[in-house]
Amino acid sequence: MMNKLISLVFAVLLASPALAQDAPDVLVKRVTEEVLEIVRKDRDIQNGSTQKAVELVDQKVLPHFDFRHMTALAVGKDWKKASPGQQQQLTAEFKTLLVRTYSNALTSYKNQKIVYKPFKMNPGDGEVLVRTEVIQPGSKPVQIDYNLEKADTGWKVFDVVVAGISLVTNYRDQFAQEVRSGGIDGLIAAIAAKNKSLQGGSAKADGK
Amino acid sequence: MTDKLMTWKRFAGIGFLVAGTIAHGGPALAEETAHDPLEGFNRGMFAVNEGLDTVLVKPVAQAYDFVVPLPAKAGVGSFFGNIADVRNVLNNALQGKLADAGNDLGRLLINSTVGIFGLFDVASELGLEKHDEDFGQTLAVWGWDDSNFLFWPILGPRTVRDTGGWVVDSYTDPTWYTLNKSVAARNSLLALRFVDVRASLLPSDKVVEEAALDKYAYVRDAYLQRRRNQIFDGRPPRLEDVLD
Repeated sequence: MMNKLISLVFAVLLASPALAQDAPDVLVKRVTEEVLEIVRKDRDIQNGSTQKAVELVDQKVLPHFDFRHMTALAVGKDWKKASPGQQQQLTAEFKTLLVRTYSNALTSYKNQKIVYKPFKMNPGDGEVLVRTEVIQPGSKPVQIDYNLEKADTGWKVFDVVVAGISLVTNYRDQFAQEVRSGGIDGLIAAIAAKNKSLQGGSAKADGK
Repeated sequence: MTDKLMTWKRFAGIGFLVAGTIAHGGPALAEETAHDPLEGFNRGMFAVNEGLDTVLVKPVAQAYDFVVPLPAKAGVGSFFGNIADVRNVLNNALQGKLADAGNDLGRLLINSTVGIFGLFDVASELGLEKHDEDFGQTLAVWGWDDSNFLFWPILGPRTVRDTGGWVVDSYTDPTWYTLNKSVAARNSLLALRFVDVRASLLPSDKVVEEAALDKYAYVRDAYLQRRRNQIFDGRPPRLEDVLD
């Protein structure tokens, strides 16, 4: 009963336009804290359940991501050669791959502390960078930056940069390689095949 | 033994020069190999390294990670972090970042004393931030900002510039240098650092394995992006956006 009530409240909150228009730094902080709060309590995710982590990311994180923009960034120059239909397929496949990567990172979370760096933005900015840092004892802090752009429905993340490595543009050379050998359709097929192999692998692992 | 070390370093140095010559002398290839004219060689070395990692390095790192309790691991990390501050002070100074050099010198002094030989990172608790610099970055700041990729077994991903930077850094690294008196101690420390670094990368193994379409290209591009980020001290200019 209580759970239903809470999820109802969340649904209302998420749907309310006031919250959707959070300032970008507030948005990043709110979503991060919400997600980590759940991870801290969820033993399945802590024990490496990718599936549960994917569900969590689907529900909490995805609404704030712009995957079309992310995919365009990852594909680079070849993006414009793709037909609208191909662009849609690419976006769908890349989304599946990225969500999995991102969710997997959550399963290795062990109570690290997140520090939110001072945030500056000018009124009228359409694109901003929100900088955070993951602190863990004995290791160097890891920088995690989010690039966001303003959309009608609020700020949307279009790149996540971990320790200087963009999870998006790091695919450029690999994608270009696939396009050179098999065209846009070849690239779609390659990402789809990768997703399929990961799906099969995790089904096996969960079955054990 | 010291001779052996020197010979090995000379070998690395010669390899570096040869690779540099090949890298510069090679034909201007199409965009696909922009930073990787030695891709064939690199992929070979990558495969060798993957083999070594699977049968030897990773199992050792996993055992270390499993056996050693967290406070001890944190101590080891801080200890080598403190040693790295020697290099940070020097390279901040060489890049003209004198305030950062002073700050890192302060870190070094505090952590080597109050932090008991660097086992505790007291300076960070006091708010003295670390500024990671190495000679590869210094060379980049001095103008060698574009360098071709090289993959070494054991050493892992580098560029031609960063390989040279690594050789120079090893001469200012107390682990390599001032412990020459006891080769056994030096080797143990080098091995411990190596295992500690590998163990710290264990959580990202699964991510890379699952994220990459082509693991070699993923690792190469991640390394090059990360170095670019370090050279610009965590604030690299964004690459152009292609949407619309």
